[in-house]
Amino acid sequence: MSANNNVPTMAELAAAGEKPNILFWVGCAGSYDQRYQKVTQALVEILNHLDISFAVLGPEESCTGDPARRAGNEFLFQMQAAANIQLLNGYQVETIVTACPHCFNTLKNEYPELGGDYEVIHHSVFLQRLIDEGRLVIKEGGSFKGRKITFHDSCYLGRANGIYQAPRKVLETLDAELVEMKRCRTTGLCCGAGGAQMFKEPEKGNKDINNERVDEAIDTGAEIVAAACPFCMTMLSDGVKGKGKEEEVKVLDLAELIAQNKG
Amino acid sequence: MTLISQISFVLVAAFFGFFLARRIKNIRANIQLGRSENRNDNPDKRLKNMFLVAFGQKKMFKRLIPALLHLLIYVGFLVINLEVLEFILDGLLGTHRLFAPFLGGFYTFCLNLFEFMALGVVISCVVFLARRNLLKLSRFWDAEMTSWPRLDGNLILIIEIVLMAAIFTMNSTDQILQERGAGYTTTGTFIISAQLMPLFESLSTQALVMVERFAWWIHIIGILAFALYVTYSKHLHIFMAFPNTYFANLEAPGKMVNMPEVTKEVNIMMGLQAEEGSAEPPPTRFGAKDVQDLTWYNIMNAYACTECGRCTSECPAHLTGKKLSPRKIMMDVRDRVEEIGQTGEQNGKSLLGDYISKEEIFACTSCNACVEACPVNIDPLNIILQLRRYTAMEESSSPADWNNMFSNIETNFAPWKFPAADRFNWSKKS
Repeated sequence: MSANNNVPTMAELAAAGEKPNILFWVGCAGSYDQRYQKVTQALVEILNHLDISFAVLGPEESCTGDPARRAGNEFLFQMQAAANIQLLNGYQVETIVTACPHCFNTLKNEYPELGGDYEVIHHSVFLQRLIDEGRLVIKEGGSFKGRKITFHDSCYLGRANGIYQAPRKVLETLDAELVEMKRCRTTGLCCGAGGAQMFKEPEKGNKDINNERVDEAIDTGAEIVAAACPFCMTMLSDGVKGKGKEEEVKVLDLAELIAQNKG
Repeated sequence: MTLISQISFVLVAAFFGFFLARRIKNIRANIQLGRSENRNDNPDKRLKNMFLVAFGQKKMFKRLIPALLHLLIYVGFLVINLEVLEFILDGLLGTHRLFAPFLGGFYTFCLNLFEFMALGVVISCVVFLARRNLLKLSRFWDAEMTSWPRLDGNLILIIEIVLMAAIFTMNSTDQILQERGAGYTTTGTFIISAQLMPLFESLSTQALVMVERFAWWIHIIGILAFALYVTYSKHLHIFMAFPNTYFANLEAPGKMVNMPEVTKEVNIMMGLQAEEGSAEPPPTRFGAKDVQDLTWYNIMNAYACTECGRCTSECPAHLTGKKLSPRKIMMDVRDRVEEIGQTGEQNGKSLLGDYISKEEIFACTSCNACVEACPVNIDPLNIILQLRRYTAMEESSSPADWNNMFSNIETNFAPWKFPAADRFNWSKKS
């Protein structure tokens, strides 16, 4: 294991009497989804590259309960929340970084009322802050210089929490040509996976939402569709594949783009 | 003669005043059918919201052309209604243009201003009618826009045109009567209605007085009747937009409303809280099946909805042909609460099932596009999620995929069927 993918767990650190500055909340998709594992690893690579003191919960982590709550199962959500809050408070966690907007929204907005009060930062904002502070430096003339990138707003980042600028600022450091889809920011079109739709077949209709969104992304002529959410990642990747465009159009997460171009 | 007219005026005003007051009481009671919920915190923030969103129409301006046309009608409505004060005083006192002698040139200026506003209203209403009926903008022809909502939308626009036409007719004939020295108060020239004078000049003085009085009565009765009609119409937003934006959600739109009754049960189950003799009765129902299970603010939302369909036109589910339409959710809530209000009984029906189907609520991605799109801060998502809570917790009638997801979370602590022990395997991959 190279130094760049060293992943300490909270339990290990606690046993050694240490406490990291940051808890990296990986989330279920970041843990199990093969595609999103790469995003998790990219973020770990950045954290280690900058010598940031962090740890993960590892096997102790558990679903925040977001999909259960959105599907209407408040009991299950609250069971998950209570268990997670017990664990997080036990480790005296203060700051959480996550690459999942759904986990982010739940931890940030919904846990405080249930006794879990933390500073919760989505990785787009976390990366932007590191760049602003000058800690995270991007290579001059990196591999994305001049290439067209379009950013897909995740609903749980954008409309749900008003985060529109941070991911775009991160992308700007790549020196790429940032193009917007027709529906972006406050009017950004959902990928189709929110509200627990990720875990069921869509209701009857005449088109799948991710295809509608991918059509719009392809229309921009961008080579890269940047995302910042595991569900968007799945939906957009499936949509691009469905159009047979996976060679021309890549769906990549902010962390992956930055990890590839860090100086 | 004036006395008869004064008495008629009082009777007409009392007639409409009575029915209007009764109707306002009904609507108040209907809104109070909802569960209680405290929305009185942060009055400064709330006032600011109301000022920007309702009074300042901030969210309308996401679509420039309709926003400008709407602004003409809105400002026209606010300003021209200043004239109604004079109408009412004239009606009560049996006077004619009571303010003219006092205000002199300023009166002429005001009336000209009102006429320009009235012309703006007419133009906007004509364009809006064209958008609805000639251009057939799709959001005015969606499935829930059945004959009544379509007629309602057109009637409002037509009534507004008639009211403005009455002002022009009245002012035009008034000016001819002033020229003929028929005892009409001198007002100076009203530029727009003066252009219409040739239409009426052939009439006898007596006929002109008839037309002028008729137009006056049409305008004042029209306004009173309009005020009453509005309470039955989607047009009620002209009043409800204000409280609706004042009481709107101030928290992050992504935050779902907590259910403290569930927190308590979970805490007891997990041994985090001792079971105690409960001070408050247990909730009758988890989630919402009917309008009484919603909060009063959800119901107020329904009365504030003017069926513009911006929510539906941005809804990803609707855009891809699913049955969900956030506007229909709001219309259904209003129809259902009106039904209960009128019949005073449950009649065995309920909001979920008889008005809103599960297929609709299961299609929602909770993306908040509808909430963001609404010019008066209505929150259809809040209602959809309460209905989903009922299906999951009371009926266990969630889609099979969701039931699988629930059991995955229960057994594996992840929504997918992966063993919890494998959660950290990603760290071992290169």
